[in-house]
Amino acid sequence: MLTETMILSFGGQGGVTAARILALAAVSGGKYAQAIPHFGAERRGSLVRSYLRLSDKPIRRHSSIKKADLLAVFAEKILRIVDVNELLRDNRQIILNTKNEDIKNKTGVKCYCIDAAGIALNLNLVAAGWPIVNTAMTGAMARSLNLSIDSVVNAIKQTFSGKLAEVNAKAAEIAYREVRLCETF
Amino acid sequence: MKHSEYLIAKPSKGSAGQTGLWRSFRPVYHVERCIRCLLCCFYCPEDVIEVHYHRFILFHYEYCKGCGICASICPEDAIEMVEEEE
Amino acid sequence: MRTLLTGNYAVAEAVKLSRARVIAAYPITPQTTIVEKLAEMVEKKEIDAEFIRVESEHSALAAVYGSAVAGLRSFTATSSHGLLYMYEMVWWVANARVPLVMAVVTRTIGPPWNIHTDHTDLLTMRDSGWIISMAENVQEAFDLTVQGFRISEEAGLPFTVGMDAFQLSHTAEVVDLPSQQDVDAWLPERRQPYRIEPEDPVTVGCIGPNEYTAKLRCNMAREMEKAKELVNRVDEEFGKSFGRRYGGLVEEYRLEDADYAVVMTGAWSGDAKDAIDMLRKEKLRVGMLRLRYFRPFPQKELRKLLEEKEVLVVDRDFSMGHMGILGIEVSSAIGDITNVIAGIGGVDVGVDDFKMMFRKFADKKLRKIEWWPEEMFL
Repeated sequence: MLTETMILSFGGQGGVTAARILALAAVSGGKYAQAIPHFGAERRGSLVRSYLRLSDKPIRRHSSIKKADLLAVFAEKILRIVDVNELLRDNRQIILNTKNEDIKNKTGVKCYCIDAAGIALNLNLVAAGWPIVNTAMTGAMARSLNLSIDSVVNAIKQTFSGKLAEVNAKAAEIAYREVRLCETF
Repeated sequence: MKHSEYLIAKPSKGSAGQTGLWRSFRPVYHVERCIRCLLCCFYCPEDVIEVHYHRFILFHYEYCKGCGICASICPEDAIEMVEEEE
Repeated sequence: MRTLLTGNYAVAEAVKLSRARVIAAYPITPQTTIVEKLAEMVEKKEIDAEFIRVESEHSALAAVYGSAVAGLRSFTATSSHGLLYMYEMVWWVANARVPLVMAVVTRTIGPPWNIHTDHTDLLTMRDSGWIISMAENVQEAFDLTVQGFRISEEAGLPFTVGMDAFQLSHTAEVVDLPSQQDVDAWLPERRQPYRIEPEDPVTVGCIGPNEYTAKLRCNMAREMEKAKELVNRVDEEFGKSFGRRYGGLVEEYRLEDADYAVVMTGAWSGDAKDAIDMLRKEKLRVGMLRLRYFRPFPQKELRKLLEEKEVLVVDRDFSMGHMGILGIEVSSAIGDITNVIAGIGGVDVGVDDFKMMFRKFADKKLRKIEWWPEEMFL
């Protein structure tokens, strides 16, 4: 079965790398995967869409994803700019980076929350003034994508090296444990 | 179909949309430390710092991307970058 | 080894495994990461090659022309405006019968400035004497690059691998990467019609009687004709060693029993195949003939495989004052076709578009030349 995921992030938050890490994790588990960066010039701070396709069979299509099964939102602020309902198929889910315990989820969509920025800051994962949220987000997304946390950790270790790999892997592990379902309306 | 429509772009305010949304740190102005050198205005790549009566400056937060160049060029630390609240 | 690579990195790996000795290139989006990766490989000594930095694409192709004539396996890559800037050398290396491989990451020609895919840039090479191929996915881009060295060196003609900007160049997909040993065993030693060597001075391409040029061109045309068999043979031999066979000049997809045949090329063929599978479930008998090569052009295959079928040619390019370039080419072989022009300037065309397009075609609701989607061009 084909699962299509869309990652909404700000340029510089590592949305593209997150898609790659999850694709790597899926491929190591024998699946087929496709990680597609935002088509075009990414700018730090601007809204970037990256796409991830996972399937048991080879993936042939190459167009962008218009409506996703899973939407990962790397910053709560993004919810103010985009209408997530437009980007999701029916009855699908969101994974949101937020420190708000009681986020009022008005989207009507099943929403999983994770304080990815908090995890990153606790681990001192900061680059150019920003908490690096992408690896924590991969951990949080792994559950919904039926990927084992081990495969995600291995993919992170293939992507980064040394201490950086260790800390990023840790962020993913914590997020995998801490991600929870928010109240839906 | 007018071909010029697709070829010609005119300078306009905020042609990339509300780029203020890109910001994760906001420049905050401390007027008491400012010596009116106006380096921040000259260095701002987005032209979002306005000078009022040669006395003080004003940020256009709608379009300021929060790059922090103004804060680092300021010789008196009169501009501080403060993390945006969600 | 099963791994995950972008199209650009896959091509760089193919160049490495083919043991190219000289690489020269000038960076341009979306080609940049191919040569960035190769430069990194040279720097880390993972590949025994020289990377020549140049100030333009014209010089890039001129540099590899020199190294290739001297007998070294050589590679360059470009896109769009870069290709146009090297255009003089494109013709020179073909007429000089120099085997080398170039990747063209297809990108729209401006203005307006646009970095996304369409196929017009690649097709400007049509009449130049290059062998021109086009990949559907990252694996095929890898395979065509390795095969390209063999085909180019056997035919004595330069070879280009086309692949779509971003959809392949920057998209990471599953790739089966063969070992160095296996590629070494498959790819023969370089050969070429002539070479320049310090001990045996020659001049290449100096002025001569006009008949020389005429005879050379005729010879080149015959060699290009022979390359059809060569492409098919190399595809088969590659299949024997690596387990992947594409069909040579063309790939057939659910074509045999089809009433409607779609002719197209490039990364979006995958989306169209998904659409075909869905329409088949709705009992619409549609199939695809995918052009893997523009040159040499597979007239014979088109005539045989498209006989008695309604033919739709989908172009991501256009020849001003006429029709889509593939449309022109295919009608030269089989006559009457319907021609859709879509995805120009990188406009995203996906599975749903193709479903609707093929359905409309079967319902005879498309014009002879139809810009897709209609509502965009009202």
